[in-house]
Amino acid sequence: MTLTLAFVQILNGLQFGLILFLIAAGLTLVFGVMDFINLAHGVQYMVGAYLVAAFTAMTGSFVAGLALALPTALIFGLLLELLIFRHLYDRSHLDQVLATFGVIIFLNQAVKFIWGAAPLSVPIPDALSGAVEIADGMLYPVYRLVIIAVGLAVGLALYLIVNKTKLGMLVRAGASNAAMVSALGVNIRFLFTIVFGVGAMLAGFAGAMVAPILSVEPGMGDNVLILAFVVIVIGGIGSIRGAFIAALLIGLVDTLGRFMAPTLLKMLLDPAAASQIGRAIAPMLIYILMAAVLFFRPSGLFPSKS
Amino acid sequence: MNQSIDLDAPALAAPARRSRAFALPLIVFALFALLPLAAVLGPQSFILALVTRIMILALAAMSLDLLIGYGAMISFGHAAFVGIGAYSVAILSSHGINDGFVQLGTALLVSFVFALVTGAISLRTKGVYFIMITLAFGQMLFFLATSLAAYGGDDGLSLSSRSLLFGSKILKNDTVLYYVCFGLLLGAYLLLRSVVASRFGRVLRGIRENPVRMEAIGFAPYRYQLTAYVIAGMIAAVSGCLLANQAEFVSPAYATWQRSGDLIFVIVLGGIGSLHGAIIGAAVFSLLAELLSHYTEHWALIFGPILILVVLFARGGIGGLLGSKP
Repeated sequence: MTLTLAFVQILNGLQFGLILFLIAAGLTLVFGVMDFINLAHGVQYMVGAYLVAAFTAMTGSFVAGLALALPTALIFGLLLELLIFRHLYDRSHLDQVLATFGVIIFLNQAVKFIWGAAPLSVPIPDALSGAVEIADGMLYPVYRLVIIAVGLAVGLALYLIVNKTKLGMLVRAGASNAAMVSALGVNIRFLFTIVFGVGAMLAGFAGAMVAPILSVEPGMGDNVLILAFVVIVIGGIGSIRGAFIAALLIGLVDTLGRFMAPTLLKMLLDPAAASQIGRAIAPMLIYILMAAVLFFRPSGLFPSKS
Repeated sequence: MNQSIDLDAPALAAPARRSRAFALPLIVFALFALLPLAAVLGPQSFILALVTRIMILALAAMSLDLLIGYGAMISFGHAAFVGIGAYSVAILSSHGINDGFVQLGTALLVSFVFALVTGAISLRTKGVYFIMITLAFGQMLFFLATSLAAYGGDDGLSLSSRSLLFGSKILKNDTVLYYVCFGLLLGAYLLLRSVVASRFGRVLRGIRENPVRMEAIGFAPYRYQLTAYVIAGMIAAVSGCLLANQAEFVSPAYATWQRSGDLIFVIVLGGIGSLHGAIIGAAVFSLLAELLSHYTEHWALIFGPILILVVLFARGGIGGLLGSKP
């Protein structure tokens, strides 16, 4: 029984990790290629969730909502790039952090203004609303399995694009030495616009996918953003592979930590104290992990710049 | 050896510029000192509370200015230290320990240890990684605060009373609290001024300009940066103690990364690397938020774009516009 419970937690951790990967993938490339810190990446996730909520309500179908939300999220991301971010590439990290922080403040309030402060809910599409029995008497929602499958598929597609195509080669080259790539005659700004657009759309896609299982509310991107930063810092900035491994690591450590810390501590302490301390320690685990990784490898696990 | 002689020499500043650099902070502090007298004319308790909060914000922002403006260490987790200060007061108070000096001492000790440990790890990294790791440590403390179920968890904790000074409840008087904040702000300003002007401060600025060269002439950047990080963290913790007293309430919200972002905004708004810029920035920030929130509940819709515009167009902040060169 505990074993199947642990298995369910591993599936949950995997699902959480893959969502984090979808967000972190764009962030790490934008970071790697243009050396641009985009705090507003988290709001792309929120915007994706809101768009799918709005379009689903409009069309009555989650799939149609998703199909409309993705291009809209892409256009929205490119619009932000054109209006604001483009003017920040040559600026210091401090300026980038602050200006994109301003974008967060604005957009969090804007969605509150448009859709209200109360959380929206998106129904799980009927075809995916069931549950499957993964062990004796242990049901697991189909929709969460779909998220895992989709996350793995997108991860595989990204891997193939980044490692096997010419575009991917340019992106990797850009991440390791942008100036050199530019000197060789590649339009690095255009390349970056593509990377930025795809990254924004992936974050929006992640938000859209979790909309049916989480509540869609203002500020929902903020905490996810921090986790995505933890992911890319652990993985090494600019590395898709690093982001993938780190995202799964964070997803599993966070989920299993919350599940196991109180249980493990019970062996050492009395139950009340164990659950109290366990709940205090669990959310800190990933930050401790990050500190430990950076202590031994200050540029992350798979640094893309030599 | 020439270099260290150079570092100890007084700054070669034109006398005119020098007097101008002193005029602005002098005016600012004079205004703060006299304000309670003028506040009698208006809604006194409202003005006192607002300006007390401005000074508390200024104190935290000024300490961050030492890191960002003088040490080029962009810490995105500075609000954690404010949280440490606030929670030191609240947790001790909930156990019946209301002596202000015990609370302050605890806050300083805890922030010293936290800054030393997190700084020692964070400063091993550079640039973007430093921003992210300070952010992560800040979040770590935030989550710790939210999970302290015995001390209110997410909802925070109300203080049973403000801190006692020498056993007396004198801080209950808002004007006394105002002048305590004023005194600590002035003290921190003078302390940081002398830190910045000292040999230590010159080395720190040298590291900001070119760490490799500083290392080549025999300074270990790490030790200087860590010292600055600890000083800044402890001053921010003092501001947290004052914040808890002013609001008579603490909550994890004091330590969110958004608050850290606000602190950076404040010093960029007021002009980075000038110390008094942090005070001007805090005043403008708070007054703007106060003013806008009177007109609309959606004031962040105006606040966000202002922040973006300041970054894009007003380099040097308000201090820069007023003509004081850092």
